[in-house]
Amino acid sequence: MWQALTLQAGPNAALVSLGAALLGAAAGGAGAFLTLRRRALVSDALAHATLPGIGLAFLAMAALGGDGRFLPGLMVGAAATAALGLWAVQALVRHLPEDAATAAVLSTFYGFGIVMLTVIQSLGIGRPAGLEGVLLGATAGMLRAEAVTIALGGAAVLLALWVLRRPLAMVAFDPLHARMMGINPARMDLALMMLVMAVVLVGLNVTGLILIVALLVTPAVAARLWMGTVAGTAGLAALIGAGCGYLGAALSASFPDLPTGPVIVLLAAAVFVLSLLLRGGRHYG
Amino acid sequence: MVPPTPFPNAEALVVRGLTVRYDGRTALEGAEARVPVGTLTAIVGPNGAGKSTFLKGLLGLEPAEGEVRAFGQAVATALPRIAYVPQRAAVDWGFPVRVIDVVLMGAWRRMGLLGRLSPALRDEAREALDRVGMADLAARQIGALSGGQQQRVFIARALMQRAELYLLDEPFAGVDAATEAAIIAVLKGLRDKGATIIAVHHDLSTVGAYFDRVLLLNHRTIAEGPVATTFTREALAQTYGAGQLVAVPA
Amino acid sequence: MGDFIALSLPPMVIAALAGVACALPGNFLLLSRRAMLGDAMSHVVLPGIVLAFLITGSASGLAMGAGALAAAGGSALLIEWITRRARMEPGAAMAVVFTTMFAGGVLLLEATGTAGIHFDVEHALYGNLESLIWLAAAGPESLWDPAALARLPEELTRLALTALGLGAVLWLFRRPLVATVFDPVFARSQGIPTGMVMAGLTGATALAAVAAFQAVGSILTIAMLICPAATARLLTRRLGVQIALSLAFAVLAAVLGYVLAGHAPLWFGLPFTLSASGMIATVAGLMLAGATLAASQGRAARL
Repeated sequence: MWQALTLQAGPNAALVSLGAALLGAAAGGAGAFLTLRRRALVSDALAHATLPGIGLAFLAMAALGGDGRFLPGLMVGAAATAALGLWAVQALVRHLPEDAATAAVLSTFYGFGIVMLTVIQSLGIGRPAGLEGVLLGATAGMLRAEAVTIALGGAAVLLALWVLRRPLAMVAFDPLHARMMGINPARMDLALMMLVMAVVLVGLNVTGLILIVALLVTPAVAARLWMGTVAGTAGLAALIGAGCGYLGAALSASFPDLPTGPVIVLLAAAVFVLSLLLRGGRHYG
Repeated sequence: MVPPTPFPNAEALVVRGLTVRYDGRTALEGAEARVPVGTLTAIVGPNGAGKSTFLKGLLGLEPAEGEVRAFGQAVATALPRIAYVPQRAAVDWGFPVRVIDVVLMGAWRRMGLLGRLSPALRDEAREALDRVGMADLAARQIGALSGGQQQRVFIARALMQRAELYLLDEPFAGVDAATEAAIIAVLKGLRDKGATIIAVHHDLSTVGAYFDRVLLLNHRTIAEGPVATTFTREALAQTYGAGQLVAVPA
Repeated sequence: MGDFIALSLPPMVIAALAGVACALPGNFLLLSRRAMLGDAMSHVVLPGIVLAFLITGSASGLAMGAGALAAAGGSALLIEWITRRARMEPGAAMAVVFTTMFAGGVLLLEATGTAGIHFDVEHALYGNLESLIWLAAAGPESLWDPAALARLPEELTRLALTALGLGAVLWLFRRPLVATVFDPVFARSQGIPTGMVMAGLTGATALAAVAAFQAVGSILTIAMLICPAATARLLTRRLGVQIALSLAFAVLAAVLGYVLAGHAPLWFGLPFTLSASGMIATVAGLMLAGATLAASQGRAARL
């Protein structure tokens, strides 16, 4: 285990840990803006809405004679249905409160995803264990290319967050004023959701889709207890996320039975509880 | 006092036939306004007369019918030249933001996506805070301020926009006397430099001391013009309904 | 016929009862803007069940139900406490609590070697509806044979009692409940203990989630807590009609979904069945989509 923590468990495990750290940083940073915009749970619907896409992509790739587990293909499918889920939430919000729209989309898409998984299992084309990694995350046995994809995706999200930090903060603080200043709040919200979606897609193999919301939200709310500025909150959240991602992947490499997602989530929760106790629940300032 | 105005756009704001409806109820019916550049105008009228709606409607923040021109342009085009301060900003007061950061948000158009937050901009933000008497609270959290102080921060943010037309919704509501004096001094200073200010105002006794012009509103425009000729007992009776008037202007 | 009564009828009735038990409190969750509470509740049930099993060493429904209920209640208190203490958006507090507890449950399962022996995570997520069969049934005559009826799946009896109990309690407390979800400030001024009422609603939700979870898994629980109520909401403005419609939609989704899961693949010549829970959730969502389409075209008749 010590070897995994200090990057000596082989180059592949080291790469996976670094990838998970970058993913954690991206999730923490994006999550900071997401929670400040008060839309934490929409990301949960988004994450669950990836499942039907993953199933359909798996079926399509297997039908074409390829490997159903080909990660980029799965990510395209996941992105497609996640975008559809996001659109469905927006369509429902015209008639229902946002929380109800979120819950309805989450359960429907997830339910259909489960149906797709049973199709795959029944057709006998996928090893039953093949897709379960996307539910709870499995970094053990991850391919080198997958780890690189995760690292690059995390870095790209971090860069985009840095570029958009001012308009994102302005829309989260005062959407009306942002609009007066020529920023389109709806477009900024869409950009934020796209970044969250990128985190979800990249995180599928690390934390799994059920728990990715924790990697977005928990570091952010822990950081919020210490920091009095948006930049400080997002920065610290990214740092906490990176630490939890790195440590979680390393631990999971030492104990391959443990699904990676729950380990990372519990690490982040520990940071949150510690922050809550030390800060007495008070925000900075 | 004739402000230095370029000829074709001598009017900062022209509103024609502004109509706003909510859920079938008409809040404003064909409201009119014609506000010259370099003036300080009060919008006065009873509660529920549609004063806030007038500002939101002309800015396009509420779906409205009618024609609105600012400096001869459509409002959407002229938006960079306009600053708006709502009655009480609908913001999350627990938001992690310091006073100085809020003021700097007013410089977004000059900063842009990748522009540097230069020391000059920081100095300008401090100066804007100084003008509203808040310089020593620059590093405070926005949520730690009193209502009047928060109001002054949002006016400082508007100053940071370097606008030519300022629209303020009840800038003196719920603020202490010191804040009120500070704000009106800032507004008069802006006017003297050629800016145009329009503010919803509820205290009839200070209209004469604070403003050059008045717009009397009650679902429609009752009267508009210089305080001396327009802010009359008859016009007020027409605006508020006869017998409703308590404070009589001098 | 005998096969139908032994193999298909019990899961169908169980799914319908789970739908009814969830849709009842779901109507009030929808009105009080706490729809995502169902999502949270159905996730925290897992650690409760695992802990109860580890402590008592028994896989009986009663012990696990108690554990699940304790976890659900505890999580509700925790969400409330964190929301207040850290002045946080309730949604964020919910996300922190339920993901943490769910992760803890998974880790407990794996670390104690309980996984795979008595239950696994997949079972927790999408239930085990197809296995809830009535072996004692020989044919239609079993429906009035006390000896055979006594051997109905215990989930069926438990869900029937839960649905009935929830219906009775909600009907009894309908006035303070409606007043509280409609206008809590006014309700408080009228002397209604709104905090207690909301806690009661949370408890009812937890009870429904736990009872349903053990039979149909978390995914169907979330779907049934919100989709039928939301569908009904789009079609009517009257609360009584909304509740009645939501129950009808829940039952319809259960039956339709179950039939589709069992037979749809056969229509395509595929010799297998699909996840019934997943299919029922899908049907419930499609009903909502249909109602939304009708509402956005202004065609929805306001009953």
